[in-house]
Amino acid sequence: MDERAAGAVEAVFREERGRLLASLVHRFGDLDLAEDVASEAIEAALEHWPRRGVPARPGAWLLTTARRRAVDRLRRDQAYAARIALLQAEADRAGPAMPPDPDGDLPDERLSLFFTCAHPALPAEDRGALTLRCLAGLATPEVARAYLVPVPTMAQRIVRAKKKIRDARIPFRVPGPDELPQRLPGVLQVVYSIFTEGYAASTGPHLQRLDLAEEAIRLARILRRLLPAEREVTGLLALMLLVHARRDARTGPDGGVVLLDDQDRGRWDRAMIEEGRQLVVTALTGGPPGPYGVQAAIAALHGEAADVATTDWPQVVALYDVLLVLTPSPVVALNRAAAVAMRDGPAAGLALLDELADEPRLRAYHPFAAARADLLSRLGRFAEAAAAYRQALDLAGTEPERAYLRSRLESAELSASDG
Amino acid sequence: MKYMLLIHPAPDADPNDFGCTPADWMAFDKAVHEAGIFASGESLQDLVTATTVRVSQTGERTITDGPFAETRELLGGYYVIDVPDLDVALDWAARCPGSRGGGGVEVRPVADYPQG
Repeated sequence: MDERAAGAVEAVFREERGRLLASLVHRFGDLDLAEDVASEAIEAALEHWPRRGVPARPGAWLLTTARRRAVDRLRRDQAYAARIALLQAEADRAGPAMPPDPDGDLPDERLSLFFTCAHPALPAEDRGALTLRCLAGLATPEVARAYLVPVPTMAQRIVRAKKKIRDARIPFRVPGPDELPQRLPGVLQVVYSIFTEGYAASTGPHLQRLDLAEEAIRLARILRRLLPAEREVTGLLALMLLVHARRDARTGPDGGVVLLDDQDRGRWDRAMIEEGRQLVVTALTGGPPGPYGVQAAIAALHGEAADVATTDWPQVVALYDVLLVLTPSPVVALNRAAAVAMRDGPAAGLALLDELADEPRLRAYHPFAAARADLLSRLGRFAEAAAAYRQALDLAGTEPERAYLRSRLESAELSASDG
Repeated sequence: MKYMLLIHPAPDADPNDFGCTPADWMAFDKAVHEAGIFASGESLQDLVTATTVRVSQTGERTITDGPFAETRELLGGYYVIDVPDLDVALDWAARCPGSRGGGGVEVRPVADYPQG
C-alpha cells in the first residue's frame, strides 16, 4: 500500500473505529461479536481501499461491511441462532427499526458505549481499561501498557468485563434525563482517571505518560460533542487542557519533577491554556458550578498568572472553598491549605495541615507529608521538615518524585545541621 | 431475562431503625406483581433455623447448624423477576425495602440453559 493511502486509512480508522463499534453493539447487543466484525471490516478496508480508493463515506462503508459479516456469522453459528430471534423480538418490542440508510453517515452511538463501559456494575479498575479499548480503540497490549499490567492479566480483565456485560445484560443505552445526573459523573470519572494515570503515573519510572493524557482529552472532546449542554463535561475538558498545557514544564531535562513554583511558564502551551480558559467560562455559566468546572477555574488562575507571586491566591482559596462544599475530601482540604499558605503565609497553611493530620486517607498520601515538609522548611524548622520529607520519601511512588524528595531532604538536613 | 434479587438485611439492624415497615414490603410486593415481572419469590425464616448439608466424595453426609457461608450477611428472602436488562433489575432492587437501613440486595442473572 502506498504511504498516502495508508495514512488516510489509518486516520479514518482512528476516527471511525469507536463509532463503528458503538453502532454494531447497538445493533447486535454483543461486544465480542461487534469487535470481531469491526476488525474484519477494517481488514477488508485495508485490502480494498488502497486499490479502489477510500469511499466517499468510509464510516458507512465499514458499517455495512461489518453488519453483513455479523449477519453471516449469526446465520452460520447455531449458538447465535436463538439470539437472533431474541434480538429481533426485542427490536420489535422497542419500536420500529431505524430505516436502513446505507448512504447516510455512520450514526453516532458512542455515548451509549461510554455509559456501558463506565457502568457502576463493573469493577472500577476495569472501566478505564474497557473505555480505552472500546472507545479509544486501543489494542489489549496497549491498554495493558497504559495500566502497567501484564498483557495476559489485562486480557483476562477485559474478557471478564465483557462477559459481565453480556451475561448480566448491562444495557447499551444513554440514561434518561432523570438518571443522567447520577450516571454522568461515573463516565467523567473514568475519563479523568485515564488522564491522571497519564498525568502522574502511580508507579513506574516515568512521571508522565503523555499518550494516555492525550487519549483522555480526545475522549472528553468526543463526549463534549455528544453532550454539549452538560457543563461538567466542558469543565472536565477545560481542566485537562489547562493541566496538560504545563506538560513540557513539569519535568526537567533529566526527567525530574519541576513543581508549579519552579516551572518555566514560557514552556506552557499558550494555545491550550487559551482554549481551556474559554471552556471554563462556558462550564461556569448558566447554573451552579460543578467540581470539574471549579477545578478548571483554579487551573485557569494558575494558567493566566505570570508567576507564583502574582497568582490570584485569594481567588484560588475562594474556589477551593466552593470545591470543598461540592466534594468534601481531605485531598481538597490539603490543596486548600497549600493555597492559604500562599495567601496568608506558611504558618497559616501549616496550622490547617496539622488539623488534617488524623485523616486516614492522608496518612499514606505522600503529597501531604511533602506539603508539610515544604511549609516547615519555609518556617525555618528544618529538622521537622527533614523528618516530614523522609516520611514523604517512604510513600512516594515514582522514581522522579523520590529523586525530588531526596534532594529536598538533603537540603533540609543541611540547613538543620547549620542551624 | 430473569434476575434473582437476594435480600440481605443488615445483620444487627435495629428493627425500629430499619427505614422500612411491613407496609413497605407489602407495597413492594404489590408493585412487583402489578408490573408483571414477578417470576417467583419467598421470604425465608429466621437465620437460626438454617441447616447446611455437605456431601463428601465418599457420599458421607455432614449436617451442620447455620448457613453455609461464613459471613455476617444473611439471606432474608429472594425475588426472581423477569425484566429486560440489569439497569431495570437494579431499579427494582433499589425499590426493595431490603436495600435500605444498612442492608443490601444482590442482583444475580439467572442462568439460562437451552432446553432439551
